[in-house]
Amino acid sequence: MTDVPTAAVEAREVSRVYQMGGVSVTALRRVSLTVAPGDYITISGPSGSGKSTLMHLLGGLDRPTSGQLWLGGQEVGGLSATAMAQLRNRRIGFVFQSFHLLPRTTALDNVALPLVYAGIAAGQRRRRAAQLLELVGLGNRMRHRPNQLSGGEQQRVAIARALVASPSLLLADEPTGNLDTATGAEVLALLEKLNAGSGGAVAGGSSPAGSGVAVVIVTHDAEVAARARRQIRMRDGVVVAEAAPPGAAR
Amino acid sequence: MRFAEAWRVALEALRANRLRSALTTLGVVIGVAAVVVLVAIGTGAKSYVESEVEGLGSNLLLVVPGEVNFGNAPTVSPLTLSDVDAVARIAGGRDRVAATVSSGETVQYGTSRRFASVLGVLENTPQVFIRTLARGTYLTRSDVDTGRRVTVLGYGVAHALFGDRDPIGQQMDIAGVRFRVIGVFAQLGESLGVDRDDEIHIPITSAQRLFGTSRVDGLAIKADDASQLGSLGSRVVAELSRRHPGTEFSAVTQDQILGVLGKVLGILTGVLAAIAGISLLVGGVGVSNIMLVSVRERTREIGLRKAVGARPRDIVVQFLLEAVLLTTLGGTIGIGLGIGAAAVVAALSPVPAAATWWSIALAFGVSAAVGIVFGVVPAQRAGRLDPVVALRSE
Repeated sequence: MTDVPTAAVEAREVSRVYQMGGVSVTALRRVSLTVAPGDYITISGPSGSGKSTLMHLLGGLDRPTSGQLWLGGQEVGGLSATAMAQLRNRRIGFVFQSFHLLPRTTALDNVALPLVYAGIAAGQRRRRAAQLLELVGLGNRMRHRPNQLSGGEQQRVAIARALVASPSLLLADEPTGNLDTATGAEVLALLEKLNAGSGGAVAGGSSPAGSGVAVVIVTHDAEVAARARRQIRMRDGVVVAEAAPPGAAR
Repeated sequence: MRFAEAWRVALEALRANRLRSALTTLGVVIGVAAVVVLVAIGTGAKSYVESEVEGLGSNLLLVVPGEVNFGNAPTVSPLTLSDVDAVARIAGGRDRVAATVSSGETVQYGTSRRFASVLGVLENTPQVFIRTLARGTYLTRSDVDTGRRVTVLGYGVAHALFGDRDPIGQQMDIAGVRFRVIGVFAQLGESLGVDRDDEIHIPITSAQRLFGTSRVDGLAIKADDASQLGSLGSRVVAELSRRHPGTEFSAVTQDQILGVLGKVLGILTGVLAAIAGISLLVGGVGVSNIMLVSVRERTREIGLRKAVGARPRDIVVQFLLEAVLLTTLGGTIGIGLGIGAAAVVAALSPVPAAATWWSIALAFGVSAAVGIVFGVVPAQRAGRLDPVVALRSE
């Protein structure tokens, strides 16, 4: 309780209980998980297993009902909504299944969005966003709007956006769920490249030198799950297994 | 920088929903335009009344029996011509005191008949009030002293009875008695709702004989300057009360008349502006409503913005700005419409309606305030949205 973890995120015995029409539903039951800098973790399990709830907690979008959650050296329990927003802004990058890009907004401005809330000047935002779009291979698509991009391109814009503020942790919720197999594999390869530290000077500014951004992928796809160094499986709100098969480690 | 983003997003949101924004704005447009034009008409009416009352002549004291009360029926006057002489001694000369006795009578020339307001007056009337003649001459002292049957016609009466012919020297009937036309007034137009070109003047002595009375309805005294009006008024009232015990007299100045009329017009303007304000309020409710729709439609966007680091305040500012933009846009258009409508009123009526700078500033301020007041609930709702729930919404 007194020591400040050096981990990107640490969950200690966190539980999350929802009130649904007077009935308490426990989505997460005393789960502990430490994400170290540079980690590559997949969380899998059937729907309702609590994997999305865990991801929301790890990303600071939600607060645990009980237990402690340390985000970048701060326990989130006592933080205001504003402080949580600033924490997410600086520490976390999100990638969603449905991309969540702003319509009628160029790829460049979509990528730059987190920097707006970080209070960075427009010129600097543009330069930084352009760098990230180059990194994900969309240097020639900067002025395109989401409806002018393919699904894979949209997800790469979303990844660039997730990394633009140099977070220490990238959380991806079913990042390949809306993509065909080949495109999904490309997106995964990109995430793994960023995790391995390629282009790390650009993408993982706040990660330790030499390593990339920590990546946590939530998926129900066994093939996707099998690629990570740490594979966590959940069921009914608890972690049932953590494995690191030698064959899957990269 | 964050504010610039909020501004950009708000503009984008309005542009993306052009028709909806326009319709929502319409309520504010109508409300603001109504406030601006009604205040313009109210202040225009006030300055119109002022110029009309001042146009009667300057430094006038009006003396009437009874109290000056717009609600009461006028008291029957006990004044006679001997009172006029007494007042003239106090005021410092016969030419300073105008006296009238009036009655509505039928006037006739040949086969043309007309109803006119017949005023029995002294020969000094054009000096006390401001009346100018278009042709002929006015009544003389000897006309008044001998009760001659001569008349000076208002422009409207002269035109109605004589058409294009010259009326000077013609004989005509007033209440069945022959009078000779000696002059015609210049055109005056309406004043405070009375057509002043409908008046005809005859000597007060002839009028008293014609109406079968010896009364004088009221006096008007002209002072050299406004500072004398107060003491002159009280001396005249004291003298008349001494001569007619049991009757009250009042002396009012033009300023006092203006004060009463101005108060009435002020209340009227206020009531009209308040009614217009209600329509502005209704417009505000429309803005509130559409902002709630906008928040609901963009719940996912709000969730995403929160996920990437937008603070609740950033979201609140974004939606408040959208609402304020909507209402101030409406306010600006409304002000333009209001100024235009006031110009049309000024062109088509005698009321010099002109939008006042304070009503424009007020209307703009109020429309911005409407945006804040009616935008704050939807904006706060957006700001409080749970990011997890917002991201999941469809």
